[in-house]
Formats: sequence, structure tokens, C-alpha cells
Amino acid sequence: MINLLLLPILIPLITGVILIFFPKNVMAQRWVTSISAFLNIIGAGILVQKIRKDGIQTLDVSSWDAPFGITLVSDMLSALLVLTASIIAFVSIIYSFRSIGEERERFYYYPCISFLLVGVNGAFTTGDIFNLFVFFEVMLMASYTLLVLGGTKVQLRESIKYLLVNIISSALFVITVAYLYSVVGTLNMAHISQRISEVGQPGIITVIAILFLIVFGLKGAIFPLYFWLPGSYYAPPIPVMALFGALLTKVGVYAIMRTYTLFFYHDTGYTSQILSILAILSIVFGLIGALAYWDIKKIIIYNIIIAVGVILFGVSSMTKDALTGSVFYIIHDMLIKAALFLLVGIMIRITGTSNLKEISGLIKKYPGLAWTFFIGALSLAGIPPLSGFIGKLLIIKGGFEAADYLGAAIVLMSSLLILFSIMKIFINGFWGPSRSYKGEEKVPVKTLLIAPVILVILSTLYGVGADAVFPYISQAAETLVKPEIYIDAVLKE
Amino acid sequence: MEIVMIFVIGILFTCATYLMLSKSLLRIIVGTGLLSHGVHLLLLTMGGLKNGAAPLLGENAESYTDPVPQALILTAIVISFGVTAFFLVLAYRAYQELGTDNMEKLRGIEGDD
Repeated sequence: MINLLLLPILIPLITGVILIFFPKNVMAQRWVTSISAFLNIIGAGILVQKIRKDGIQTLDVSSWDAPFGITLVSDMLSALLVLTASIIAFVSIIYSFRSIGEERERFYYYPCISFLLVGVNGAFTTGDIFNLFVFFEVMLMASYTLLVLGGTKVQLRESIKYLLVNIISSALFVITVAYLYSVVGTLNMAHISQRISEVGQPGIITVIAILFLIVFGLKGAIFPLYFWLPGSYYAPPIPVMALFGALLTKVGVYAIMRTYTLFFYHDTGYTSQILSILAILSIVFGLIGALAYWDIKKIIIYNIIIAVGVILFGVSSMTKDALTGSVFYIIHDMLIKAALFLLVGIMIRITGTSNLKEISGLIKKYPGLAWTFFIGALSLAGIPPLSGFIGKLLIIKGGFEAADYLGAAIVLMSSLLILFSIMKIFINGFWGPSRSYKGEEKVPVKTLLIAPVILVILSTLYGVGADAVFPYISQAAETLVKPEIYIDAVLKE
Repeated sequence: MEIVMIFVIGILFTCATYLMLSKSLLRIIVGTGLLSHGVHLLLLTMGGLKNGAAPLLGENAESYTDPVPQALILTAIVISFGVTAFFLVLAYRAYQELGTDNMEKLRGIEGDD
């Protein structure tokens, strides 16, 4: 079972390649994709159990020993993220059946989702910094296609921007890897960490740390670099939007978590402070956006930026509690963001508009939709005992331990405003006089609701059953706090 | 040699930035091409421009060329080739649909969602 950690990369890759051969047979495409996505969840689940029992799993590709060849490393954090990503992909695929439209399904929609999953899972699993770049590109290439698939005017326009931003950030990524290689002379992440700790952390490494922050910040949408996100994520159809919102930004956040805890933990005075300030500003600006807009898609999109800020604030504190909280929160956020996007998608299907002022009284006809949304909204804001609460509690506790009182207070206050921004949708959209909308009878609300209900149930279980989940999360945070565990597992010393 | 290369890279980056700030979509694409060339040269230079034998096991040469940057550049070139090809197709399709390649005019076109 040594190749176990390759499964979440190989299954979607093979599926994607097979699917390319019969694009016109939509039924077969649906079946093959959903079965493969389900297998992927099982594979990732087994991987998580294996790591729980035996510790970090590594695989030296082609049997080249650790610092020389490419190594795939699956520690608890990456395995949990792979599992969550697989679940979200599966749910989005189910949702796509009744919503994406046959036109798109015939034009390689499902292969693109498979390739997107290859990139995301690969980026989570790899232990080689250049390989991370390659998996980023796989993921981005699939995301370009998914973004533009359908070819409406707004999609074409936003794709150009998204593509340009990502080309520049990829170029910066290669530049950063080049600098890092010239300083430490290796690409294996564990080996890089070891070399950096041998030389201490001279100034040039701090420069590289900031460059990494810019590169991953562009992907993960932190404060000054999120400008492209509200426009680009607004363009594609709902299931694609859910995939992007839940997975793509989180890959950037994961990369920041990984590099900052593994490489740049020696001289944290400067880098952590910058990270913490940017995280707080992301929360503040995200909140301004979420409160200002009356467009339901935009409100959820700006909530992505807030969540990124909250997670990174936990990373910047660098205490055990805060990192545990960050790991807890990143998984919670992936689940709940995907659920909210899908729910908002159903609302838009029913009403034909995303303008909140033209929507009201949905609760009379669609109580199921309304109450699922309500639970999702409470969970997003972090009301106990739902899943958002525990993560935020630990992050705030860590912030106080690290004596960053202002930051912790802002995270605390942000919950209230998040609740307000999301309840605005509930109060205006679901309460009030009931209206009738054109063509609402044709919308298969019950079938569409399956996917978000699965996610909301999972997220609720994740919060209520936190006791059962906590050992896994704590094992993931342990590796982040003590990089030696990771290094020893990879270099086998 | 490294100093010369650094100047070349700097000039490439300057040209790329200038082109990417222009309004025409085609110039922007050429700019991204130049940017990736600059990046690849930087990667090569950062690995050290040494003269030496091929890095083969069992050969006892005095100095070896570092093979890793070359492998990295090869990968990066392939990726940037793919992305540029995609960008060109996207630009052509956008020109057909939107009727312009001027970034100023692209602003504010609201499509049918």
C-alpha cells in the first residue's frame, strides 16, 4: 500500500483521460465522473486513517532517494485537505447534472473537473517546491477552461483578466523558486527547511519569504492582491464557482501555511507581522465588500476573502492553538463555502436574478432551501455548536497568546458582521411577501438541494462531533508546529 | 557572464512590463511571452553558468554543470508554451465575440449571464 498517496492524483487523472474519448455521451460521462469522484473520497479516507495510524506517508517517485528525486509527502494536513477537496468535487459533480446544461457537458466539462482535481490534490500532496508549481499550473489550466467554458461575453472578459493575473503570478513563482534554489541548492521542501535552519535565516531568505507571500497571496486572494477575485468568480456557472471558491483559493492558503511553517519559522519578527497585518486587512476589506453589495453572489464571494484572512491570521500567530484553529477552520470553510454557493445558485435558478432587492418570500414555497441556508449561514458566522465556532475560538485564543490583541479582537468582531452580511440574504430573500417568478415551476429544487444538504450535514457533524475529529486536526497542527517531524519523515534520518 | 545575463533579464522584464501595460490584447500576450523568457533566463542564471562536463555518474570530470535548472526550464517552457497558446485562442475568440481587442473598450460590457 505504499502507493496509496498517489491514488487521489491518479484516479482523477485516468478518469479525465478516459472521458476525453467520448464527450458526446453525456450519461456515460456523468456516471464515470461521479463513480471516480466517489472512489477518490474512499481513497483519501483510507489515506487519512493510514496516516493516523502510521504517521506521515512519503513516496519517492521512481525510487530516486529523497533530496534528489521528486518526493510526494502526505501528512495529516494535506491528507485532510485532499479528503475535503474530493468530497466537494463529488458534491459539485452531482449538482452539475441538473444545472450546468447539456451544452457544457458535451464540451469537456467533466474532464476539466477531473483535471482540476488532479492539480488541487497534487498541490496538496507534493513535497517538492518546483513540483508544486507544476501542479499549480495543471490546476490553473483546468480552471481557465472551466472559467471560459460556455463562451458568454462576461466569461470571456473575466477569463482574460484571470489568465493574465495568473500568468504574472506563475512567472513570479518561478522567479522565487530560482532565488531559493540559488541560495539553498535544493528543491525538496524538507531539505530546503533543513538547509535554511543550517544557515539561520539571513536577509535574502526573508526576501524570498515575502515573494512567496505575493505569489501565493495572488492565488489565495489576500488583501492587496484580491482585486481580480470578485470579478472572475462572478462569471462562471454556479457549480464551477463553488469549486473555485472552495478549492482554488484554499490551495494558495495551504501553500502559505506550508512554506511559512516549514521554511520561514526562524526569524518570524518581520514576516509574521506582515502576514498578520495583511490578514487583518483582508478581513476588513472583505467585510466592507460583503456588507456593501446587494448581489447574493457577490456577498458570498467577499466572504471568501474574509475567511482567507481569518485562516492566515491563525497562521501568523504561529502558536499551537492558532495553527490547530487554522486547520480546523480551513476545512470548515471549504465545506460551508461550497454549500452556500450551491444554495445561492438554487435561489438564482428560481428567481432568475442575483439582485437581493428583487427576491423575497422564498420560505413559503421552499422551506427546505430556506432552513438549509439558515444552518449554513449560522455555521459560516461561527455560532456554537456548528463548525465555524471551534476554529475561530482556537484562532482567537492563539491570537491572544501571541499578544496580538487588536487582531484577535477584529477576528472576534468580524463574526458579528459576517452574520449580518449573510442574514441580510436570509431576511430579505426568504422572509417578506411571497412573489412568483417566471419559470420557477421548472426548477428541480429537490434534486438540486441534495448536494448542498450533504455538505451542510457534513459541516454540522464536523462541528458537533468535534471531539471525534479533534485528534486528526491536532495531529495535522503538530506537524506544522514541529517541522522536524516532517523533515525526519521525508529524509528518513 | 552572469552580470551580462542579469542585464539581459532586466531588459526583457522592462519590455514585458511595458507591453503588458498597453491597451491592445495582442501586445499583452507578446508581453507575457517576453516575461516568461526573462523568467527562464533568470532560472538558468540563478543555477550558476558554469562550464564543465556533463553530469554523468562514473565520469571523473573536475567540474560539472548543474543539470537541475535545465530540467526546470524545460518544464517551465512547456507550461508557458501551453498557456500562451491558450491565451492566443482566448484572445481570438474574445475578439470575435466582443468585437474589440482594446482593453479600455472591454470595460463595462455586461454579458447575458
